[in-house]
Amino acid sequence: MDLGIFAFIAWWAPFISFLIIGIFTRRYGKLSAVLSITAIGVSLILSILILLNINELKSPVLKEIVWLPYGTEKGIASKNSIFFGLFLDNLSAIMLFIVALVAFSVQVYSIGYMGEEKPPSLGRYYAYHSLFAFSMIGLTLSKNILEMFVFWELVGVCSYLLIGFYYYKPEAARAALKAFWITKLGDVGFITGILVLYFQFGNLDIYELINNPELLKGTGILGSLILLLLFCGAVGKSAQFPLHIWLPDAMEGPTPVSALIHAATMVAAGVYMVSRLFPIFSEFKEVMFVIALLGSFTAFFSATMALVQEDIKRVLAYSTISQLGYMMAGLGAGSLFAGFFHLFTHAYFKALLFLGAGAAIHAVHSNSIWDMGGLFKKAPITAITFGIATLALAGIPPFAGFFSKEEILFATYAYQNKIPFILLLITVFLTAFYMGRAYTVAFLGKPRNERAEHAHDPDLSMKFSLVLLAIFSIFAGFYAEKISHLLNYLAEHKLHDHAGGINLTFLSLSFALIGLFSSYYIYAKAPQFTENVKKRFSFVYTTIKRRYYIDDIFEGIYRKILLGLSVFSGWWDRHIVDGLVNWVIYTTGRIGRTLRVIQTGVIQDYLFYIVLGSIVLIVIILRGF
Amino acid sequence: MELKPLFYLSIFLFSLGLYGALSRRNALGILIALELIFNSANLNFGIFSKVWANPLGVMTIIFGIALTAAELVLGFAIVILLFRLRKTSNADEVSILKG
Repeated sequence: MDLGIFAFIAWWAPFISFLIIGIFTRRYGKLSAVLSITAIGVSLILSILILLNINELKSPVLKEIVWLPYGTEKGIASKNSIFFGLFLDNLSAIMLFIVALVAFSVQVYSIGYMGEEKPPSLGRYYAYHSLFAFSMIGLTLSKNILEMFVFWELVGVCSYLLIGFYYYKPEAARAALKAFWITKLGDVGFITGILVLYFQFGNLDIYELINNPELLKGTGILGSLILLLLFCGAVGKSAQFPLHIWLPDAMEGPTPVSALIHAATMVAAGVYMVSRLFPIFSEFKEVMFVIALLGSFTAFFSATMALVQEDIKRVLAYSTISQLGYMMAGLGAGSLFAGFFHLFTHAYFKALLFLGAGAAIHAVHSNSIWDMGGLFKKAPITAITFGIATLALAGIPPFAGFFSKEEILFATYAYQNKIPFILLLITVFLTAFYMGRAYTVAFLGKPRNERAEHAHDPDLSMKFSLVLLAIFSIFAGFYAEKISHLLNYLAEHKLHDHAGGINLTFLSLSFALIGLFSSYYIYAKAPQFTENVKKRFSFVYTTIKRRYYIDDIFEGIYRKILLGLSVFSGWWDRHIVDGLVNWVIYTTGRIGRTLRVIQTGVIQDYLFYIVLGSIVLIVIILRGF
Repeated sequence: MELKPLFYLSIFLFSLGLYGALSRRNALGILIALELIFNSANLNFGIFSKVWANPLGVMTIIFGIALTAAELVLGFAIVILLFRLRKTSNADEVSILKG
């Protein structure tokens, strides 16, 4: 069986559906939905087939065509040319499956969630979804860093389009722009890194780079610089500090979009990129240290912000940033498996959390957790699946998050610097606390208003996706050994010794349980407690509520520095540049006015001058100057 | 054959043409005067063709005459258009390029 063909079809099927929807069927919402889901369904089936035959991937499938030729050697394009290719190995096969599965369930879910949209609007929605699936799979299967960058930007565009799906809402349009620009800030570093890499080594082929990590290793500081620049792209895309500010605002988009793009797949692209190039990254200890530190700091930092959010989607958004920080920290601590495995499990339970939140929002028509309450009795399937995902995120066994989080904690524990480990351990508590808070307030207790009173479970398509993802959120953790085995060829990883590390497991588990129970106690039994804390520590509360003023800092940079620069440039342009041009114009005019008197306009005068000039010339020539 | 008088003739034609071109008011007159200048030049070609016994000069005259004819067609066309637009064919009355 040729797995390359499978991957190829899985990759291009969504693109074909995008073309068909975009050109022909976008006015017919339901038809577009069926087309798009069929295409991603094909991708999903093929990706499962690939996983079932993954033993055939002992040597990766490599296919490529010349994209940007650069000279030839014996009639074939030289090695310095840039190729457009497909690179299917264990890592990309697993990632392909994650993307296809989450995209499939989200698209099915959207039938119900977006059912009230007008048909052309729904057609547009599914066209974007198909384009996104195509781009994300392309990013996954890229053989070349430049090719990866192209798809990287394409998913960014899809993200922009889908955040701004309700483009008539000003805050959605603004959030879309913000997401686009802030990620671009990181992408500038990414493309710079690619260019430096190309001009230093004349080769952007991922397969060759990761098989010859010593190539970069030999260049020392330059190699570190290149990797840090590439990592900048990951910081932007995966919403790491300080470029995390776009992700919470991105929640203006439709909830299924948040589940797919801003929780499970696109924001994980940065983590995937670092995993993809992991053999190179792992050669540079100082770069790895930066990644570990930044990741763990982001994890801790955004978890604190999740504590005070009232919008359920924003709680999840900060939680996503935090979990992406976990993945980065795991990678930075030197364990490809830990980081990537957390990506694998996180994709399911975080998508599930968003879809569950979407179902709750659909039921009560409000994003605020304080407008919900008591949904457990009214919408049991939503509440149970959301609960499963909550436990998975908090790291309670046997749900998926427990296993991957343990791996990361063990990896950082074994790391020579203990700061990441301590930050992540505190984050375990914070994660459990804010998830317990959201769950307690939104799903337990009594309904807080009329709408919550009449809430009910969503329709079949949404239920289907919730249950599908819930199954994966429960069982994905048991594939740890299998996936660890599959990734061994990229980076050796030993599953930690449970006997030796039992204390650590006990520690993190107790942190998580304390977090869950204390939040349950505080929000269900002692509501006045939070008010007291707010009053006592009002400074801390305000700081966190205002997102540590980081958004304000960016805003300030924009208003003071960028706009100031614009004002100055405007002045410079109007007075200096235009002044110079005006002076030239004025002087030319003066000269012209002076000289115009010799122009009579009578043709014979000109003829006379010509004759006169000729005579003068002849005289000069005859006299020998 | 004595060629000197022919040079004098050429000089005479040129001077006559130049004078006409500079002094005639009517544009048609100017064009006719230019024709005289052309002919003096053509005459010179003929003379030198004789001097060096080279037929190329005579060939050049034929080309020159053809060119002159073409140029005159253009010139007359301009004069006709000028007359249609300005109701005059006097060169000194047309000075729209005056600065």
